[in-house]
Amino acid sequence: MGIEHQLQPDNIKGKPRVVVAMSGGVDSSVTAALLAQEGYDVIGIMMRLWCAPSSGGPVVQNRCCTPNQIAVARRVADKLGIRLYVIDVQDHFFKSVVQYFINGHIRGETPNPCIACNKHIRFDYLLEQALSLGADYLATGHYARIFNKHGVYQILKAKDNRKDQSYVLYVLQQYQLQHLIFPIGDYTKNEVKEIAEQFDLNVSAQDESMDLCFLTDGDYRKFLRARIPGEIKPGPIADQSGHLLGVHKGLQYYTIGQRKGLGIASNRPLYVLSKKIEGNKIIVGPHESLGRKALVASEVNWLSGEFPDRASGITVKIRYTADPVPASIRQMDNERLMIRFEQPVYGITAGQAAVIYQEYNCLGGGLITDEVIS
Amino acid sequence: MTQDSYIYLDHAATTPVRPEVVEAMLPYWTDFYGNPSSVHDIGRIADQGLTQAREKFAELINSEPNEVIFTASGSESDNLAIRGVMWTARISNRGNHFITSAIEHKAVLKTAKLLRDLHGFELTIVPVDPYGIVDVNEIEKAIRPDTVLISIMAANNEIGSIQPLEEIGLLARDQNILFHSDAVQAAALNQWDFKRMPIDLLSFAAHKFYGPKGVGILFARNDIHLTPAVTGGGQEDGRRAGTENVPYATGAARAFELAMSEMQDNIYHYQNLRDRLINGILNRIPEKCQLTGHQYNRLVNHASFVFKEISGNDLLIHLDMAGIAASSGSACLVGDPKPSSVLHELGFDDTWSSGGLRLTVGRQNNIDEINYVLENLPEIIERLNLIKNKYL
Repeated sequence: MGIEHQLQPDNIKGKPRVVVAMSGGVDSSVTAALLAQEGYDVIGIMMRLWCAPSSGGPVVQNRCCTPNQIAVARRVADKLGIRLYVIDVQDHFFKSVVQYFINGHIRGETPNPCIACNKHIRFDYLLEQALSLGADYLATGHYARIFNKHGVYQILKAKDNRKDQSYVLYVLQQYQLQHLIFPIGDYTKNEVKEIAEQFDLNVSAQDESMDLCFLTDGDYRKFLRARIPGEIKPGPIADQSGHLLGVHKGLQYYTIGQRKGLGIASNRPLYVLSKKIEGNKIIVGPHESLGRKALVASEVNWLSGEFPDRASGITVKIRYTADPVPASIRQMDNERLMIRFEQPVYGITAGQAAVIYQEYNCLGGGLITDEVIS
Repeated sequence: MTQDSYIYLDHAATTPVRPEVVEAMLPYWTDFYGNPSSVHDIGRIADQGLTQAREKFAELINSEPNEVIFTASGSESDNLAIRGVMWTARISNRGNHFITSAIEHKAVLKTAKLLRDLHGFELTIVPVDPYGIVDVNEIEKAIRPDTVLISIMAANNEIGSIQPLEEIGLLARDQNILFHSDAVQAAALNQWDFKRMPIDLLSFAAHKFYGPKGVGILFARNDIHLTPAVTGGGQEDGRRAGTENVPYATGAARAFELAMSEMQDNIYHYQNLRDRLINGILNRIPEKCQLTGHQYNRLVNHASFVFKEISGNDLLIHLDMAGIAASSGSACLVGDPKPSSVLHELGFDDTWSSGGLRLTVGRQNNIDEINYVLENLPEIIERLNLIKNKYL
């Protein structure tokens, strides 16, 4: 019973205290269960995140923290005999994640808000809250592993390669990693589901992370139309040599590599190669032109804090769902990194992250810029 | 004082049930389980219990027994008073207007607004001064020829301010207007004399004075015809349908009896602790903290504050971690706190109105516990300030 536990704080003295970021999903629930079983003093925290107000619907909720999910998380916490608090992060989330998403789209990029959330909310604001509540650690239900190699914390890919989430964790730094635990990185998703059953947690086995959780209906185009109507303007679609082929409805509606829905007639398939904020222009071309052998990443972060001293055997992921491909890296300056691929890579998109691996070791990464390197 | 025991400072939310009260209730579940409306002996015994509970309340507040109506909560008592009076007025064509204040409990304010918005009654909501006290002149100005009812709480739940019930009541009486008071927070901290006081309807809830949750009392003068809010059978003299909850009524009466007999001791004890809290907190956190409500004209067990640019919700979490159970006007379990409307009414802007804290003392609290709070609260506020400065 949770209440007995709470009435006897002396029972838990001396145990390391960990805050678990809970969502009511299976991954974070199992995270809490495993740590409670290991004897940690576990405190669940659920973050109330901002959500786009929708027209018509009476009450709108961020898809990651609906009242139903809060109720599920509360039931899990009761079952495990741990405290659960819900904290209001709506303003901070809006400023550092939603605004970041909007600004990226204004620049014609395709930002990844999960990375901004991890950087500014989960592993910054929430970590700060956790430490201020006297916690030694913050744990999340991410599929990744943390390894302390001679005092330097590394992030390794999860045991379950298909679920690996190290891509969205490249923004972390040593001072954060020393306080972080990812207990389910050592299990496959199926094992996690089995553990949930063993603990009789009775949570839905659906994935708990939602892309664009702040959009109730998931339609980011509609969201941008409502938020930044003045920034979404029709403009020219041209080929690589500048010939006008058609008119687009607004840069934000198109993604790099898109072929369908361009509304242009051509005797061969044409793909969106790039989006130019200058001139509000979309450049299209044949599939082979989509392939690029290099990119420049900015705002680079190395998990170790330093450029790797042995930069061989490097692979790079250019988006969350992409496979890592062989590449070489070269530091251009403090902020920027040049990444060259052995083979052309398709669908490189400004605003997404390029994340750098050495085998299963995530070294770091940066945000893909629109700078083109031949 | 260490963190080894939990410090409960949320007695305005609810209180533990006293063992004497549990003992008084016990026979009415298993032995005297009858329905008081039944003709047979089993029912008659239950009815005796219910009658005794009713007579006990009548004796303690100097009313007639048939002026005591048992309900299922303080909120239901408020609903019955307001709906009951207004609907009777409508049926008998005696007026359509009523008056309440801007800082009433939601049980009154929401009910009043609903009667206005859905049923076409006319409502005047009078403001309060910066201490949360209603200005009787404002009420006088609001009175119209068709005013039927004035509903003003005895003391505010969030900020503890005590309202001038006698003055308002006399004003109402002069104008032949009924006066209801939600006295849920003040029930056990005041000597009531229903025959003498110019109050026509009075709401209590037993769980605020060491009785069980789920039982409220509405005292209503026996010449007032109340249209029932819960309709059905003829229980409670036709004013509230539903089989009477004999064990809860019995428990409520026993709890109130104890509260009245110990009131002077309790008041002395509470006031001592409350003043220590108020002075200690204001001294230790001089700039970013203000007392809310009136310094003296407030409930003896009630201390309430606002902290600048602090989330009351986060503050409660930190206090809970430190083993202190407190409350705030804006906290909420699903993490979507709204700034307190009561604090807005007092004139606090958004930099303050999310940072409410309410500490309400009770019988078991002692000086050591208060000292523990005084030791820990400044450091918690300091920690929250650090986070706020980093992320604002």
